[in-house]
Amino acid sequence: MTARLAVFIIAIMALVTLPQWMHGVYYVNVASQILFYAVFALGLNVLAGYAGLVSLGHAGLFGISAYATGYMLNLGYSHSVAIATALSIGMVSMAIYAVLSLRATGIGFIMITLALGEIVWGLAYRWISITGGDNGINLHGRPEPFGIALTSPNAFYYAALIVFLIALAVMTVFVRSPLGAALMGTRDQPRRMTALGYHVWLIRFFACMLSGLLTSIAGILFVYYNQFISPQALDLTASAEVLLMVISGGAGTLLGPIVGSTLVVVVKSVVSGYIERWNFLLGAIFVAIVILMPEGLVPGTVRLWRAAFARRRPGPVVEATEKAS
Amino acid sequence: MSALVVTGLSKSFGGLHVTRGVNLNIAPGERRLIIGPNGAGKTTLFNLITGELTPDGGTIELSGVDVTHSPSRHRAHLGMARTYQIITLFGQDTIIHNVRLALLGLSPKRWNPLIDLRRQAALTEQGHEALARVGLGHIADRPLAQTSYGERRRVEIAMALAQQPKVLLLDEPFAGLSIDERRDVHKCLMAIPRDVTIVMIEHNMDVALEFAERITLLHFGEVIVEGNRAEVVDDPRTREVYLGH
Repeated sequence: MTARLAVFIIAIMALVTLPQWMHGVYYVNVASQILFYAVFALGLNVLAGYAGLVSLGHAGLFGISAYATGYMLNLGYSHSVAIATALSIGMVSMAIYAVLSLRATGIGFIMITLALGEIVWGLAYRWISITGGDNGINLHGRPEPFGIALTSPNAFYYAALIVFLIALAVMTVFVRSPLGAALMGTRDQPRRMTALGYHVWLIRFFACMLSGLLTSIAGILFVYYNQFISPQALDLTASAEVLLMVISGGAGTLLGPIVGSTLVVVVKSVVSGYIERWNFLLGAIFVAIVILMPEGLVPGTVRLWRAAFARRRPGPVVEATEKAS
Repeated sequence: MSALVVTGLSKSFGGLHVTRGVNLNIAPGERRLIIGPNGAGKTTLFNLITGELTPDGGTIELSGVDVTHSPSRHRAHLGMARTYQIITLFGQDTIIHNVRLALLGLSPKRWNPLIDLRRQAALTEQGHEALARVGLGHIADRPLAQTSYGERRRVEIAMALAQQPKVLLLDEPFAGLSIDERRDVHKCLMAIPRDVTIVMIEHNMDVALEFAERITLLHFGEVIVEGNRAEVVDDPRTREVYLGH
């Protein structure tokens, strides 16, 4: 058994047994938040990390699915219809986002997604007949898949955990696949990829759709968790926050967005109970990460670990002799 | 049928005419050298032929197929491959992964999001074969960051050859190489079979003249001399604008 597999099994065991060893409903709820924000961050990571396309409007997509779920439920539709509709609307919205924003890369892409996110936020704030405006939409009840009510914190945690593990498995398969390799190729050398016969725009569009799917799923989990959605959930700060989750953990890695979302949610939900100026602390942590580990916490830790390991390991005798001579 | 026919190709950037009515007719298997002083429009001509730039006028035919308005990726699928003057590789990956990407570009598997690329034995085997052709088979798994400049040039050539091109465009393949590296790249190019037509831009006349069968001299975006080696080298216009007296 490799060390990596052992760590993975221990992590899965810890997550599965979390409600047993984590005392207090509050902390189980925090764990649920970490899980659905991790799904959101994994979705953004498809673009920001693997495609090199930084989106500052993803909270808009997240909110569209959340609002669609709430709106459909309030119209009296069942949970399955509401979820299916929310996913469909989320994907159509992502397709529109993609068609408009993939006209550019770099700063241009950031600015277009930022503008689209702000348009969605404006609609949520002003289209009161649909969104409830500043008051938002309240939900009543959670789904009952296979007859299991998700009303208790533990049940919701396990539902979020299953969704999270499926999202992680999908991403693991995707990044190792030819399409995943092609996407990373378009990030690093788009000109070369075109000359090699790849349809760069279509590959990026596919990445947008995968990103949109994960983002929509996270939005649905969010609205079921909070039983409420308001324009605050899809403003620019929310988009920046999830981008910081990706960047602080390590963009273009599988674990990075998960570590980043854990960091942000823990500081926001747990540390804020002890430190009034928690925003200051979060900012200081981000500055420290950017200075000490600009590649993010996960790749940065791997780099430091390897450096420390290499220093401890004695070099071959021949090499030492050659250096001495 | 010619491998590559360029007719009346022109391109301007604002008021600057970088390609003026260029005509080329390159036979299958031919080794054609494009020369000219800096700014003559050689790389622009390559970018027009490969579809990275859209011409203002003229036509391009690849093995009898009009590709003037086809995107670059379609030209790659029709048998056109190129290398770049400035090495353009995937620096964070291994040599074999670079070549695998080249092979994948022409395979329907490139759209597959479910299979593991590293477990595609056929692609890996073809990648090793392409690398063996340029003498890099023994370091296939080495990260690209740990290779020399000359080895990277050969990786570029291996990627182009992996695409099984009919027409291969080489943009200054000897640029920046040491004498030993130049010899290695020259050996690779000489070993390319005759079913591949090669068009090469090169300034290093020692190796380029040895390689070329016909030469085209560009000056200010125009073809001013074309012919076999002796004809072009002996032409006074070649001496005037390029070789010097």
